[in-house]
Amino acid sequence: MAEKEITALSALALGRMIKRGEVSAVEATRALLDKIKAEDGAYNSYICVMEEEAMKRAKEVQRGIEAGAYADSPLAGVPMGIKDNICTKGVPTTCASKILQSFRPPYNASVVEKLEAAGAVMVGKTNMDEFAMGSTTETSFFGPTKNPRNISRVPGGSSGGSAAAVAAGEAFYALGSDTGGSIRQPSSYCGVVGMKPTYGTVSRYGLIAYGSSLDQIGPITKNVSDCAAVLEMISGYDKKDSTSVKDASLDYCYTKALTEDVKGLRIGIPRSYFGEGLDPDVKETVQKAAKVLEAEGAVLEEFDMEMVDYAIPAYYVIASAEASSNLSRFDGVKYGYRTPEFSGLQDVYRKSRSEGFGREVKRRMMIGAFVLSSGYYDAYYNKALRIKACIKKSFDEAFARYDVILGPAAPTTAPELGKSLDDPVKMYLGDIYTVSVNLAGLPGICLPCGTDRAGLPVGLQLIGNAFSEKTLIRAAYTYEQAAASGGGR
Amino acid sequence: MKSYETVIGLEVHVELATKTKIFCGCSTEFGGEPNTHCCPVCSGMPGTLPVLNKKVVEYAIAAGLATGCKITQNCKFDRKNYFYPDLPKAFQVSQLYLPICRDGGIEIETKEGRKTIGIHEIHMEEDAGKLLHDEWNGCTLVDFNRCGVPLIEIVSDPDMRSAEEVIAYLEKLKSILEYLGVSDCKMQEGSMRADVNLSVREVGAETYGTRTEMKNLNSFRAIARAVEGERARQIDLLESGEAVVQETRRWDDAKGGSYAMRSKEDAQDYRYFPEPDLAPIEISDEWLAEIRAREPEMQEAKMARYQSEYRLPEYDARILTSSKSLADLFEATVALSGKPKEVSNWLMVETLRLLKEEDKDPSQIVFSPEQLAALIGLVESGKINRGTAKAVFEVMFKEGADPAVYVETHGLAMVQDDEALRSTVEKIIRENPKSVEDYRNGKQKAIGFLVGQTMKVMKGKADPGKVNEILKELL
Amino acid sequence: MRITDETIEYVAALAKLELSGAEKEKAREDLGNILSYIDTMNEIETDDVEPMSHVFPIKNVFREDIVENGPDRENLLSNAPEQQDGCYVVPQTVE
Repeated sequence: MAEKEITALSALALGRMIKRGEVSAVEATRALLDKIKAEDGAYNSYICVMEEEAMKRAKEVQRGIEAGAYADSPLAGVPMGIKDNICTKGVPTTCASKILQSFRPPYNASVVEKLEAAGAVMVGKTNMDEFAMGSTTETSFFGPTKNPRNISRVPGGSSGGSAAAVAAGEAFYALGSDTGGSIRQPSSYCGVVGMKPTYGTVSRYGLIAYGSSLDQIGPITKNVSDCAAVLEMISGYDKKDSTSVKDASLDYCYTKALTEDVKGLRIGIPRSYFGEGLDPDVKETVQKAAKVLEAEGAVLEEFDMEMVDYAIPAYYVIASAEASSNLSRFDGVKYGYRTPEFSGLQDVYRKSRSEGFGREVKRRMMIGAFVLSSGYYDAYYNKALRIKACIKKSFDEAFARYDVILGPAAPTTAPELGKSLDDPVKMYLGDIYTVSVNLAGLPGICLPCGTDRAGLPVGLQLIGNAFSEKTLIRAAYTYEQAAASGGGR
Repeated sequence: MKSYETVIGLEVHVELATKTKIFCGCSTEFGGEPNTHCCPVCSGMPGTLPVLNKKVVEYAIAAGLATGCKITQNCKFDRKNYFYPDLPKAFQVSQLYLPICRDGGIEIETKEGRKTIGIHEIHMEEDAGKLLHDEWNGCTLVDFNRCGVPLIEIVSDPDMRSAEEVIAYLEKLKSILEYLGVSDCKMQEGSMRADVNLSVREVGAETYGTRTEMKNLNSFRAIARAVEGERARQIDLLESGEAVVQETRRWDDAKGGSYAMRSKEDAQDYRYFPEPDLAPIEISDEWLAEIRAREPEMQEAKMARYQSEYRLPEYDARILTSSKSLADLFEATVALSGKPKEVSNWLMVETLRLLKEEDKDPSQIVFSPEQLAALIGLVESGKINRGTAKAVFEVMFKEGADPAVYVETHGLAMVQDDEALRSTVEKIIRENPKSVEDYRNGKQKAIGFLVGQTMKVMKGKADPGKVNEILKELL
Repeated sequence: MRITDETIEYVAALAKLELSGAEKEKAREDLGNILSYIDTMNEIETDDVEPMSHVFPIKNVFREDIVENGPDRENLLSNAPEQQDGCYVVPQTVE
């Protein structure tokens, strides 16, 4: 099989072929590495490509498969990428920051252990906004990633490298992390499938924290089936993460939900998700997608969702506060960048941090310090926690009536490079459809549903109640199949 | 000079006697090569997460119940944010908003009488690492072995008025915690540390004066001295028309004075917020009852038992039970020797005297119950007399020497050979005709002198009763 | 919300950041804009709502008191910018 044909395969398709001996893990890895080498110069999806290690690992996994191992792992031998804020033992994990430029974690994240057990072959660490703070992957210390659908555009962020790598065929799948939309929004911009699972579904142990109460790791894939398979592989209770959910009723068998069946599925469409600020092309495309699901038997209903406007300010207060605390450990003492010249301890702290962090990260750490500081805690931090409670409540009310909430993932398609960072408030407003899902800890999936008039991908977001990933996967799969066969029956 | 009252509150940090740290499976063992009791979690590696040690919660609850606190049945941890090299995450996981125990108190007794000292709260937190200063290279070395060792901080109300009350409170607290087995409370190893908040005010004043916080107090004696010193310093300031500045001061026990710690470069604004990485704790009534049921025999109950079971006077029972290690030593020795009164005497008199002389507490006793029982056995069997026993005890106390071996190697056993004793007595009679005559003329006291002379020649290794007997016979 | 120079200096000190004059000016403007936007939270009344720090009712997550880790010093210190005698090194902290 030609390398070009291999890299065009979906992850599950490749996994099946590897199992059948039609392609080897080594060939697939070689093909992917060659493609990265040839093409990634244009996209900058990867911060670090581990060629030697990947080839060695592919050989090892291939031998294992031939010896009968990985029988329950449909993705054994399939090469993939990991966002660079997920710790990989001995392999640089930089969070796209100068301050962690040379950091090699002394341990593996729990998801990395799961991937290894399932025979995954990691080819490299993907680019991102510095410490996952950003919506464009332009705040990376290692330079911006470009959108493979149109290289004058950003890939979105913060998991822009993962989304771009999958879109460009430089990874069969990738892991991202989502704190306020960082998986769903770049998936939308790059035309791939991305899912943010329910908080507590995937272990955060080893994910370098941005907003601890909001962060979740999730899959970015070429299609819904791959998404279900990857989620199945990485989810589950982890005793190292106290916020990981231990619930015997959860079986994590998401691939079982890959059925075309939305008959009677109640889909709620918040009017405010289609109001002011939404690009007309995006609006039309998403509405069309809703009609496809309706044609498949789903019941659509518009409704008024409370609190939508307050989710963004509450999100920025909570995420920044947690970030200011989480990022204090980068102080030039234990790991990471230390300023070369200093006199005294305070100098080590201030200079290492000022030289090591980029502008957006500093901005959020200062907001975070401010909202927690003496005299402001109640007015800002506690207020945001109250709004979070209100948002959770309005979702609870919505899910009493609907199985799924449908809307766009982002108000526009991918903006041009270099146009977003100067006005932070405007950039934050782009998170309007995604952040409330994180505040409420809910699952959300984004899948491609068409393009705008410039040919840029538009993403459809489906939001589910806590632990209803299977419902989301079923709805997303139904849409995907229907759309592929010409949209609706 | 006006008359002043001292107002004192204490913040006592106690390391809990768990095997592992509060949030990871690293050992809490004291000592060890730097950074060898560490893992990615307690070293503050990015991406790591805490998992709470259940025993820490149970110990904190036990401490709260034993000090009459209300248990916060829905409690949480908070992050306290500040930069310092001994704090790898740059925040300490502690409890501000919902501490696990609140509103308790313990009763103390001083020569002024009995009094209850209020306990404002008890909260759980993690210890910080250790900084070692390398003067030669002008740098500081950081060791995270102590990082994440579980602590409870016991915050008293400002109810104490003198150094004596402070010491009585600390001794009571220490005894309670030792009895519970939640901490070994070793001040010298830093497993119990007290910060003293002190202010003075004119007697009768309604409001408190400005207080200072005193740190680096490593023994009860240092605490007593620091209280006296700080009281005097504040009164001097007020008398000379100056104001007390609210500050943290460091006690220098060698110099017998304190100095203001240089104020940190930045304002102390700890930006506490709920720790998102830890689940809240819900303490059910059943769990509380379980912990309550597991409470060991505490001092009061033990005291009553000593009086009824061992027939000890109340005073003795109180002293023996004032420290868990002393009570344990007592009971173990009694079990071996079957002589409660004897054991009590050795502990009450000789042991406490020597402890006081060396400024030590009973947990630092080096001899074993077996050794003390053996010593008592030597006296009972007449192998050594009481005078010798005291000397042997001192060596046993100081060096942990085995009494039987020591008596043997130093030839301290009493002379059991009656013939040898008789010939010595005969010799003394021959050499002291004057005393012999006095005795025969009815001067009973003269025999005492003769016994003394005999004991001297025997180097103390004779039974004075027996000497007396032989003398009377021969005269 | 108006942000003063003192406020910027204060939060920079809390975050241990050193800002140049231009950075400070930019930070003052950005933070002012961001906080003004954040202040829209005050449009709604939430006094009767309890602040929600944890979104799901997960409670009592514990580990047993069992030693699981052995010495791992070399691995842990492998990223230290400076080390000596098995310790991390910082400039002298005592005054």
